[in-house]
Amino acid sequence: MERRVVITGMGTVNPVGNSVDETWAALCAGRSGIGPITKFDPARHATKIAGELKGFDPLRYVEKKELRRIDDFIVYALACAEMAVQDAGLVIDGGNAERVGTVVGSGIGGVRTIEREHTVLEQSGPRKISPFTIPAVLPNLAAGQISIRYGAKGPISCPVTACAAGTSAIGMAFRLIKDGYADAMFAGGIEAAVTPFAVAGFNAMRALSTRNDEPEKASRPFDRRRDGFVIGEGGGILVLEGLDHARRRGARVYAEICGYGCTADAYHMAAPPPGHEGAARSMEAALRSCGMDPAAVGYINAHGTATPLNDVYETQAIKRVFGEHSRKLAVSSTKSMTGHMLGGAGGLEAIVAVKVLCDGIVPPTINLDEPDEGCDLDYVAHRAKAMAVEAALSNTFGFGGVNAVLVFRKYRD
Amino acid sequence: MSIEEKVIEIIVEQLDVTREECVPEASFIEDLGADSLDLVELIMAMEENFGIEISDEELQKIRTIQDAVNYIKKKKGLAG
Repeated sequence: MERRVVITGMGTVNPVGNSVDETWAALCAGRSGIGPITKFDPARHATKIAGELKGFDPLRYVEKKELRRIDDFIVYALACAEMAVQDAGLVIDGGNAERVGTVVGSGIGGVRTIEREHTVLEQSGPRKISPFTIPAVLPNLAAGQISIRYGAKGPISCPVTACAAGTSAIGMAFRLIKDGYADAMFAGGIEAAVTPFAVAGFNAMRALSTRNDEPEKASRPFDRRRDGFVIGEGGGILVLEGLDHARRRGARVYAEICGYGCTADAYHMAAPPPGHEGAARSMEAALRSCGMDPAAVGYINAHGTATPLNDVYETQAIKRVFGEHSRKLAVSSTKSMTGHMLGGAGGLEAIVAVKVLCDGIVPPTINLDEPDEGCDLDYVAHRAKAMAVEAALSNTFGFGGVNAVLVFRKYRD
Repeated sequence: MSIEEKVIEIIVEQLDVTREECVPEASFIEDLGADSLDLVELIMAMEENFGIEISDEELQKIRTIQDAVNYIKKKKGLAG
Protein backbone atom coordinates (compact mmCIF):
# COMPACT_ATOMS: atom_id res chain seq x y z
CA MET A 1 0.00 0.00 0.00
CA GLU A 2 1.20 3.52 -0.82
CA ARG A 3 2.57 5.60 1.97
CA ARG A 4 0.23 8.37 3.08
CA VAL A 5 1.60 11.79 3.99
CA VAL A 6 0.06 14.14 6.54
CA ILE A 7 0.54 17.64 7.91
CA THR A 8 1.41 17.79 11.60
CA GLY A 9 2.78 21.30 12.07
CA MET A 10 2.38 24.76 10.53
CA GLY A 11 4.00 28.17 10.91
CA THR A 12 3.60 31.48 9.11
CA VAL A 13 4.55 35.13 9.10
CA ASN A 14 2.72 37.28 6.57
CA PRO A 15 1.06 40.69 6.19
CA VAL A 16 -2.04 39.70 8.21
CA GLY A 17 -0.43 37.74 11.05
CA ASN A 18 2.69 36.47 12.78
CA SER A 19 1.24 33.05 13.63
CA VAL A 20 -1.25 30.58 12.15
CA ASP A 21 -3.98 31.53 14.63
CA GLU A 22 -3.57 35.26 14.13
CA THR A 23 -3.53 34.79 10.36
CA TRP A 24 -6.54 32.52 10.23
CA ALA A 25 -8.60 34.92 12.36
CA ALA A 26 -7.65 37.84 10.12
CA LEU A 27 -8.37 35.96 6.89
CA CYS A 28 -11.76 34.74 8.10
CA ALA A 29 -12.60 38.30 9.16
CA GLY A 30 -11.66 39.59 5.70
CA ARG A 31 -8.95 41.89 7.03
CA SER A 32 -6.48 43.42 4.57
CA GLY A 33 -2.77 43.45 5.35
CA ILE A 34 -1.93 45.96 2.63
CA GLY A 35 -0.62 49.42 3.51
CA PRO A 36 1.87 52.11 2.50
CA ILE A 37 5.43 50.87 1.98
CA THR A 38 7.56 51.62 5.05
CA LYS A 39 10.60 49.42 4.37
CA PHE A 40 12.04 51.98 1.96
CA ASP A 41 11.07 55.36 0.60
CA PRO A 42 8.90 54.63 -2.45
CA ALA A 43 8.64 58.29 -3.52
CA ARG A 44 10.02 57.59 -6.98
CA HIS A 45 8.20 54.28 -7.49
CA ALA A 46 4.88 54.03 -9.33
CA THR A 47 3.69 51.63 -6.60
CA LYS A 48 3.86 52.88 -3.01
CA ILE A 49 1.90 50.10 -1.29
CA ALA A 50 2.68 46.54 -0.23
CA GLY A 51 1.85 43.82 2.26
CA GLU A 52 4.54 44.12 4.92
CA LEU A 53 4.84 42.17 8.16
CA LYS A 54 3.51 44.06 11.18
CA GLY A 55 4.92 43.93 14.70
CA PHE A 56 7.18 41.03 13.84
CA ASP A 57 10.04 40.72 16.34
CA PRO A 58 12.96 38.90 14.68
CA LEU A 59 14.79 38.61 18.01
CA ARG A 60 12.16 36.10 19.13
CA TYR A 61 13.64 33.71 16.61
CA VAL A 62 17.17 34.85 15.79
CA GLU A 63 20.06 36.10 17.94
CA LYS A 64 21.29 39.63 17.41
CA LYS A 65 24.60 38.57 15.91
CA GLU A 66 22.97 36.09 13.54
CA LEU A 67 20.42 38.69 12.48
CA ARG A 68 23.17 40.83 10.97
CA ARG A 69 24.47 38.08 8.76
CA ILE A 70 21.24 36.77 7.22
CA ASP A 71 18.66 38.33 4.92
CA ASP A 72 15.06 38.92 6.00
CA PHE A 73 13.79 36.01 3.92
CA ILE A 74 15.93 33.68 6.05
CA VAL A 75 14.76 35.32 9.28
CA TYR A 76 11.14 34.81 8.22
CA ALA A 77 11.85 31.20 7.27
CA LEU A 78 13.46 30.48 10.64
CA ALA A 79 10.41 31.99 12.38
CA CYS A 80 7.99 29.84 10.34
CA ALA A 81 10.06 26.70 10.88
CA GLU A 82 10.23 27.24 14.64
CA MET A 83 6.46 27.64 14.87
CA ALA A 84 5.90 24.58 12.68
CA VAL A 85 8.26 22.27 14.56
CA GLN A 86 6.88 23.37 17.94
CA ASP A 87 3.35 22.88 16.63
CA ALA A 88 4.24 19.38 15.41
CA GLY A 89 6.03 18.48 18.65
CA LEU A 90 8.69 16.92 16.45
CA VAL A 91 12.00 16.21 18.16
CA ILE A 92 14.96 15.83 15.82
CA ASP A 93 17.83 13.88 17.34
CA GLY A 94 20.47 11.30 16.52
CA GLY A 95 17.78 8.68 16.06
CA ASN A 96 15.90 10.36 13.22
CA ALA A 97 18.07 13.25 11.95
CA GLU A 98 18.94 11.56 8.66
CA ARG A 99 15.25 10.91 7.95
CA VAL A 100 14.18 14.53 8.42
CA GLY A 101 14.72 16.91 5.50
CA THR A 102 14.03 20.45 4.33
CA VAL A 103 12.62 21.84 1.09
CA VAL A 104 11.90 25.55 1.29
CA GLY A 105 11.50 27.57 -1.90
CA SER A 106 11.97 31.24 -2.63
CA GLY A 107 11.43 33.26 -5.78
CA ILE A 108 14.23 35.77 -5.41
CA GLY A 109 16.19 35.01 -2.22
CA GLY A 110 18.14 37.81 -0.56
CA VAL A 111 17.36 40.61 -2.97
CA ARG A 112 17.64 43.32 -0.29
CA THR A 113 21.14 42.15 0.56
CA ILE A 114 22.12 42.26 -3.12
CA GLU A 115 20.88 45.84 -3.34
CA ARG A 116 22.66 46.95 -0.16
CA GLU A 117 25.98 45.30 -0.94
CA HIS A 118 25.89 46.41 -4.55
CA THR A 119 25.65 49.98 -3.30
CA VAL A 120 28.70 49.31 -1.11
CA LEU A 121 30.50 47.89 -4.13
CA GLU A 122 29.73 50.96 -6.23
CA GLN A 123 30.53 53.48 -3.53
CA SER A 124 33.42 51.90 -1.62
CA GLY A 125 34.81 49.13 -3.79
CA PRO A 126 34.96 45.34 -3.77
CA ARG A 127 37.05 45.08 -0.59
CA LYS A 128 34.19 46.50 1.46
CA ILE A 129 31.58 43.86 0.62
CA SER A 130 30.37 41.93 3.67
CA PRO A 131 31.69 38.36 3.87
CA PHE A 132 28.12 37.34 4.68
CA THR A 133 26.76 38.62 1.36
CA ILE A 134 26.68 35.40 -0.61
CA PRO A 135 25.21 33.17 2.14
CA ALA A 136 22.56 35.84 2.76
CA VAL A 137 21.63 36.06 -0.92
CA LEU A 138 21.42 32.42 -2.05
CA PRO A 139 17.75 31.33 -2.11
CA ASN A 140 18.56 27.86 -0.74
CA LEU A 141 19.99 29.33 2.47
CA ALA A 142 16.49 29.47 4.00
CA ALA A 143 16.42 25.68 3.80
CA GLY A 144 20.11 25.55 4.71
CA GLN A 145 19.74 27.62 7.88
CA ILE A 146 16.70 25.60 8.97
CA SER A 147 18.58 22.31 8.52
CA ILE A 148 21.52 23.70 10.51
CA ARG A 149 19.35 24.94 13.36
CA TYR A 150 17.43 21.67 13.79
CA GLY A 151 20.09 19.21 12.69
CA ALA A 152 17.86 17.91 9.90
CA LYS A 153 20.28 15.79 7.84
CA GLY A 154 17.91 14.27 5.29
CA PRO A 155 17.17 15.50 1.74
CA ILE A 156 17.43 19.26 1.19
CA SER A 157 16.48 21.49 -1.71
CA CYS A 158 15.10 24.82 -2.81
CA PRO A 159 12.91 25.17 -5.87
CA VAL A 160 13.25 28.67 -7.33
CA THR A 161 10.08 28.60 -9.38
CA ALA A 162 9.03 32.23 -8.94
CA CYS A 163 5.51 32.56 -7.56
CA ALA A 164 5.05 28.78 -7.47
CA ALA A 165 8.18 28.13 -5.36
CA GLY A 166 6.36 27.40 -2.09
CA THR A 167 4.02 24.95 -3.79
CA SER A 168 6.84 23.28 -5.72
CA ALA A 169 8.67 22.84 -2.41
CA ILE A 170 5.71 21.24 -0.65
CA GLY A 171 5.11 19.01 -3.67
CA MET A 172 8.73 17.85 -3.70
CA ALA A 173 8.75 17.23 0.05
CA PHE A 174 5.48 15.29 -0.20
CA ARG A 175 6.97 13.00 -2.85
CA LEU A 176 10.19 12.48 -0.89
CA ILE A 177 8.17 11.14 2.03
CA LYS A 178 5.69 9.21 -0.10
CA ASP A 179 8.53 7.49 -1.97
CA GLY A 180 10.35 6.62 1.23
CA TYR A 181 13.36 8.97 1.05
CA ALA A 182 12.42 10.74 4.29
CA ASP A 183 9.99 10.38 7.20
CA ALA A 184 9.40 14.06 7.95
CA MET A 185 10.11 17.28 6.08
CA PHE A 186 10.09 21.00 6.64
CA ALA A 187 8.32 22.27 3.51
CA GLY A 188 7.16 25.66 2.34
CA GLY A 189 8.06 28.96 0.75
CA ILE A 190 9.33 32.32 1.85
CA GLU A 191 9.99 35.77 0.41
CA ALA A 192 11.19 39.20 1.49
CA ALA A 193 11.07 41.21 -1.71
CA VAL A 194 9.40 44.45 -0.66
CA THR A 195 12.55 46.26 -1.79
CA PRO A 196 13.32 49.20 -4.09
CA PHE A 197 14.78 46.96 -6.79
CA ALA A 198 12.05 44.29 -6.80
CA VAL A 199 9.19 46.80 -6.74
CA ALA A 200 10.83 48.80 -9.55
CA GLY A 201 11.30 45.60 -11.55
CA PHE A 202 7.67 44.50 -11.22
CA ASN A 203 6.57 48.08 -11.89
CA ALA A 204 8.56 48.04 -15.11
CA MET A 205 6.51 45.00 -16.17
CA ARG A 206 3.33 46.91 -15.24
CA ALA A 207 2.48 43.95 -13.02
CA LEU A 208 1.71 45.81 -9.77
CA SER A 209 -1.37 47.69 -8.65
CA THR A 210 -0.87 51.44 -8.36
CA ARG A 211 -3.99 52.06 -6.30
CA ASN A 212 -1.78 53.92 -3.83
CA ASP A 213 -4.51 56.00 -2.21
CA GLU A 214 -6.59 52.95 -1.21
CA PRO A 215 -4.09 50.30 -0.10
CA GLU A 216 -6.65 48.00 1.49
CA LYS A 217 -8.71 47.97 -1.68
CA ALA A 218 -5.77 47.54 -4.04
CA SER A 219 -5.66 43.73 -4.24
CA ARG A 220 -8.90 42.91 -6.09
CA PRO A 221 -8.78 39.40 -7.56
CA PHE A 222 -11.51 38.66 -10.11
CA ASP A 223 -12.88 42.21 -9.82
CA ARG A 224 -13.53 44.31 -12.92
CA ARG A 225 -11.40 47.16 -11.58
CA ARG A 226 -8.34 45.13 -10.62
CA ASP A 227 -5.10 46.66 -11.85
CA GLY A 228 -2.34 44.19 -10.96
CA PHE A 229 -1.05 42.39 -7.90
CA VAL A 230 0.15 43.87 -4.62
CA ILE A 231 3.53 42.57 -3.53
CA GLY A 232 3.66 40.99 -0.08
CA GLU A 233 6.32 39.45 2.13
CA GLY A 234 6.46 36.40 4.36
CA GLY A 235 5.27 32.86 3.67
CA GLY A 236 4.63 29.60 5.44
CA ILE A 237 6.34 26.36 6.39
CA LEU A 238 4.67 23.06 7.23
CA VAL A 239 5.89 19.86 8.81
CA LEU A 240 4.93 16.95 6.56
CA GLU A 241 5.22 13.39 7.84
CA GLY A 242 4.60 9.87 6.73
CA LEU A 243 1.35 8.83 8.40
CA ASP A 244 3.07 5.78 9.90
CA HIS A 245 5.73 8.06 11.42
CA ALA A 246 3.18 10.54 12.77
CA ARG A 247 1.11 7.71 14.30
CA ARG A 248 4.12 6.11 15.90
CA ARG A 249 4.88 9.24 17.85
CA GLY A 250 1.23 10.02 18.54
CA ALA A 251 1.26 13.32 16.63
CA ARG A 252 -1.86 15.36 16.00
CA VAL A 253 -2.74 15.27 12.30
CA TYR A 254 -4.26 18.35 10.64
CA ALA A 255 -4.97 16.94 7.20
CA GLU A 256 -3.60 14.69 4.50
CA ILE A 257 -1.61 15.91 1.52
CA CYS A 258 -2.39 13.50 -1.26
CA GLY A 259 -1.61 14.98 -4.67
CA TYR A 260 0.77 17.21 -6.54
CA GLY A 261 0.78 18.31 -10.16
CA CYS A 262 3.31 20.41 -12.01
CA THR A 263 3.32 21.49 -15.65
CA ALA A 264 5.00 24.05 -17.90
CA ASP A 265 3.18 26.42 -20.23
CA ALA A 266 6.08 26.43 -22.71
CA TYR A 267 4.55 29.64 -23.97
CA HIS A 268 5.88 32.97 -22.66
CA MET A 269 8.27 34.13 -19.93
CA ALA A 270 5.61 35.99 -17.97
CA ALA A 271 2.15 35.75 -19.58
CA PRO A 272 -0.13 32.71 -19.29
CA PRO A 273 -1.49 31.21 -22.51
CA PRO A 274 -5.15 31.91 -23.40
CA GLY A 275 -7.42 29.70 -21.31
CA HIS A 276 -4.35 28.80 -19.27
CA GLU A 277 -4.26 25.22 -20.46
CA GLY A 278 -1.03 24.68 -18.49
CA ALA A 279 -2.83 25.50 -15.25
CA ALA A 280 -5.69 23.18 -16.23
CA ARG A 281 -3.27 20.35 -16.94
CA SER A 282 -1.56 20.99 -13.61
CA MET A 283 -4.85 20.66 -11.70
CA GLU A 284 -5.66 17.52 -13.72
CA ALA A 285 -2.24 16.05 -13.00
CA ALA A 286 -2.59 16.76 -9.29
CA LEU A 287 -6.02 15.10 -9.11
CA ARG A 288 -4.89 12.14 -11.21
CA SER A 289 -1.82 11.63 -9.01
CA CYS A 290 -4.09 10.63 -6.14
CA GLY A 291 -6.99 9.21 -8.11
CA MET A 292 -9.29 11.90 -6.81
CA ASP A 293 -12.69 12.45 -8.35
CA PRO A 294 -12.93 16.19 -9.19
CA ALA A 295 -16.43 16.15 -7.72
CA ALA A 296 -14.90 15.44 -4.28
CA VAL A 297 -13.17 18.82 -4.27
CA GLY A 298 -15.01 21.58 -2.41
CA TYR A 299 -12.50 24.43 -2.22
CA ILE A 300 -9.74 25.91 -4.34
CA ASN A 301 -7.34 28.46 -2.94
CA ALA A 302 -6.83 30.26 -6.23
CA HIS A 303 -3.61 31.71 -7.53
CA GLY A 304 -5.90 34.78 -7.96
CA THR A 305 -3.25 37.47 -8.25
CA ALA A 306 -5.52 40.27 -9.51
CA THR A 307 -3.53 40.70 -12.69
CA PRO A 308 -5.85 41.25 -15.67
CA LEU A 309 -4.87 38.00 -17.43
CA ASN A 310 -4.50 35.55 -14.55
CA ASP A 311 -7.94 35.80 -13.03
CA VAL A 312 -9.90 35.28 -16.26
CA TYR A 313 -7.64 32.47 -17.48
CA GLU A 314 -7.52 30.71 -14.10
CA THR A 315 -11.32 30.75 -14.06
CA GLN A 316 -11.39 29.21 -17.54
CA ALA A 317 -8.88 26.56 -16.48
CA ILE A 318 -10.96 25.64 -13.41
CA LYS A 319 -14.04 25.29 -15.58
CA ARG A 320 -12.21 23.05 -18.03
CA VAL A 321 -11.08 20.73 -15.22
CA PHE A 322 -14.24 20.65 -13.13
CA GLY A 323 -16.96 21.13 -15.74
CA GLU A 324 -20.39 21.46 -14.17
CA HIS A 325 -18.93 20.86 -10.71
CA SER A 326 -17.09 24.20 -10.96
CA ARG A 327 -20.43 25.86 -10.06
CA LYS A 328 -20.40 24.09 -6.69
CA LEU A 329 -16.83 24.96 -5.81
CA ALA A 330 -15.80 27.71 -3.44
CA VAL A 331 -12.81 29.47 -5.03
CA SER A 332 -11.16 32.24 -3.05
CA SER A 333 -8.01 34.29 -3.34
CA THR A 334 -6.48 35.10 0.03
CA LYS A 335 -4.04 37.31 -1.89
CA SER A 336 -6.86 39.84 -1.74
CA MET A 337 -5.81 40.25 1.92
CA THR A 338 -2.14 39.20 2.09
CA GLY A 339 -0.99 40.50 -1.26
CA HIS A 340 1.23 38.26 -3.32
CA MET A 341 4.18 36.88 -1.36
CA LEU A 342 5.74 35.47 -4.55
CA GLY A 343 7.62 32.31 -3.52
CA GLY A 344 6.08 32.60 -0.06
CA ALA A 345 2.51 32.44 -1.36
CA GLY A 346 2.38 28.68 -1.79
CA GLY A 347 3.59 28.20 1.79
CA LEU A 348 0.82 30.20 3.39
CA GLU A 349 -1.85 29.14 0.91
CA ALA A 350 -1.23 25.46 1.67
CA ILE A 351 -1.86 26.31 5.32
CA VAL A 352 -5.10 28.06 4.32
CA ALA A 353 -6.27 24.97 2.40
CA VAL A 354 -5.52 22.81 5.45
CA LYS A 355 -7.38 25.18 7.80
CA VAL A 356 -10.42 25.13 5.50
CA LEU A 357 -10.51 21.33 5.79
CA CYS A 358 -10.04 21.41 9.57
CA ASP A 359 -12.44 24.22 10.45
CA GLY A 360 -15.09 24.09 7.72
CA ILE A 361 -14.74 27.81 7.04
CA VAL A 362 -13.77 29.29 3.67
CA PRO A 363 -12.00 32.67 3.84
CA PRO A 364 -13.27 35.28 1.41
CA THR A 365 -11.96 37.14 -1.61
CA ILE A 366 -12.23 40.72 -0.40
CA ASN A 367 -12.63 43.76 -2.67
CA LEU A 368 -14.63 41.73 -5.17
CA ASP A 369 -17.32 44.35 -5.75
CA GLU A 370 -18.09 43.61 -9.37
CA PRO A 371 -16.85 40.35 -10.91
CA ASP A 372 -15.16 40.84 -14.26
CA GLU A 373 -16.62 39.44 -17.43
CA GLY A 374 -15.78 35.75 -17.55
CA CYS A 375 -15.25 35.59 -13.79
CA ASP A 376 -18.42 33.80 -12.80
CA LEU A 377 -17.49 31.23 -10.15
CA ASP A 378 -18.29 31.44 -6.43
CA TYR A 379 -15.29 33.45 -5.23
CA VAL A 380 -16.73 33.85 -1.73
CA ALA A 381 -16.86 37.62 -2.13
CA HIS A 382 -16.32 39.83 0.92
CA ARG A 383 -17.36 37.42 3.67
CA ALA A 384 -16.12 34.04 4.84
CA LYS A 385 -18.61 31.21 4.66
CA ALA A 386 -19.14 28.01 6.57
CA MET A 387 -18.80 24.98 4.33
CA ALA A 388 -17.79 21.40 5.06
CA VAL A 389 -14.98 20.60 2.62
CA GLU A 390 -13.69 17.08 1.95
CA ALA A 391 -10.84 18.00 -0.38
CA ALA A 392 -9.11 21.24 -1.34
CA LEU A 393 -6.66 22.46 -3.98
CA SER A 394 -3.98 25.12 -3.75
CA ASN A 395 -3.08 26.68 -7.10
CA THR A 396 0.07 28.67 -7.75
CA PHE A 397 1.50 29.72 -11.10
CA GLY A 398 4.81 31.42 -11.72
CA PHE A 399 6.77 33.41 -14.27
CA GLY A 400 8.60 31.11 -16.60
CA GLY A 401 5.33 29.29 -17.18
CA VAL A 402 5.38 27.01 -14.13
CA ASN A 403 2.09 25.72 -12.74
CA ALA A 404 2.04 23.87 -9.42
CA VAL A 405 -1.02 22.48 -7.69
CA LEU A 406 -1.43 20.59 -4.40
CA VAL A 407 -4.35 18.43 -3.28
CA PHE A 408 -5.27 18.10 0.39
CA ARG A 409 -8.03 16.09 1.97
CA LYS A 410 -9.62 15.76 5.35
CA TYR A 411 -7.73 13.30 7.48
CA ARG A 412 -9.52 10.02 8.18
CA ASP A 413 -7.99 6.89 9.73
CA MET B 1 40.08 56.34 23.50
CA SER B 2 43.11 54.06 23.47
CA ILE B 3 43.64 51.55 20.69
CA GLU B 4 42.90 48.73 23.18
CA GLU B 5 39.57 50.27 24.16
CA LYS B 6 38.56 50.91 20.58
CA VAL B 7 39.45 47.36 19.51
CA ILE B 8 37.38 45.94 22.36
CA GLU B 9 34.46 48.19 21.48
CA ILE B 10 34.51 46.89 17.91
CA ILE B 11 34.73 43.27 19.07
CA VAL B 12 31.81 43.66 21.50
CA GLU B 13 29.68 45.12 18.72
CA GLN B 14 30.69 42.70 15.96
CA LEU B 15 30.79 39.42 17.86
CA ASP B 16 27.99 40.19 20.33
CA VAL B 17 30.19 39.31 23.36
CA THR B 18 30.60 41.08 26.72
CA ARG B 19 33.42 43.44 27.64
CA GLU B 20 34.45 41.00 30.40
CA GLU B 21 35.08 38.26 27.87
CA CYS B 22 37.47 40.53 25.99
CA VAL B 23 40.67 39.79 27.92
CA PRO B 24 43.91 40.38 25.95
CA GLU B 25 44.67 36.68 25.53
CA ALA B 26 41.14 35.80 24.33
CA SER B 27 41.21 33.97 20.98
CA PHE B 28 38.63 35.17 18.48
CA ILE B 29 37.74 31.70 17.32
CA GLU B 30 38.20 29.56 20.46
CA ASP B 31 37.09 31.99 23.17
CA LEU B 32 34.82 34.50 21.44
CA GLY B 33 32.94 32.09 19.17
CA ALA B 34 33.90 33.70 15.87
CA ASP B 35 34.01 31.74 12.62
CA SER B 36 36.17 32.54 9.62
CA LEU B 37 33.56 34.90 8.14
CA ASP B 38 33.13 36.75 11.47
CA LEU B 39 36.87 37.23 11.49
CA VAL B 40 36.85 38.76 8.01
CA GLU B 41 34.07 41.12 9.03
CA LEU B 42 35.87 42.04 12.25
CA ILE B 43 39.08 42.84 10.42
CA MET B 44 37.11 44.95 7.92
CA ALA B 45 35.67 46.95 10.82
CA MET B 46 39.15 47.49 12.23
CA GLU B 47 40.49 48.59 8.86
CA GLU B 48 37.64 51.06 8.64
CA ASN B 49 38.10 52.41 12.16
CA PHE B 50 41.88 52.70 12.15
CA GLY B 51 42.32 53.66 8.52
CA ILE B 52 44.66 50.76 7.79
CA GLU B 53 44.73 47.83 5.41
CA ILE B 54 45.34 44.29 6.61
CA SER B 55 46.34 41.69 4.02
CA ASP B 56 44.95 38.15 4.10
CA GLU B 57 48.43 36.90 4.91
CA GLU B 58 48.66 39.13 7.96
CA LEU B 59 45.12 38.23 8.93
CA GLN B 60 46.22 34.61 9.46
CA LYS B 61 48.57 35.71 12.26
CA ILE B 62 45.95 37.62 14.24
CA ARG B 63 44.47 35.09 16.65
CA THR B 64 43.92 36.99 19.90
CA ILE B 65 42.86 40.46 20.96
CA GLN B 66 46.47 41.19 21.95
CA ASP B 67 47.62 40.16 18.46
CA ALA B 68 45.17 42.63 16.95
CA VAL B 69 46.17 45.47 19.27
CA ASN B 70 49.89 44.86 18.66
CA TYR B 71 49.37 44.71 14.94
CA ILE B 72 47.38 47.93 14.78
CA LYS B 73 49.91 49.74 17.00
CA LYS B 74 52.75 48.60 14.78
CA LYS B 75 50.89 49.56 11.63
CA LYS B 76 49.96 52.96 13.00
CA GLY B 77 53.51 53.49 14.20
CA LEU B 78 54.91 52.66 10.78
CA ALA B 79 52.30 54.80 9.10
CA GLY B 80 52.91 57.70 11.47
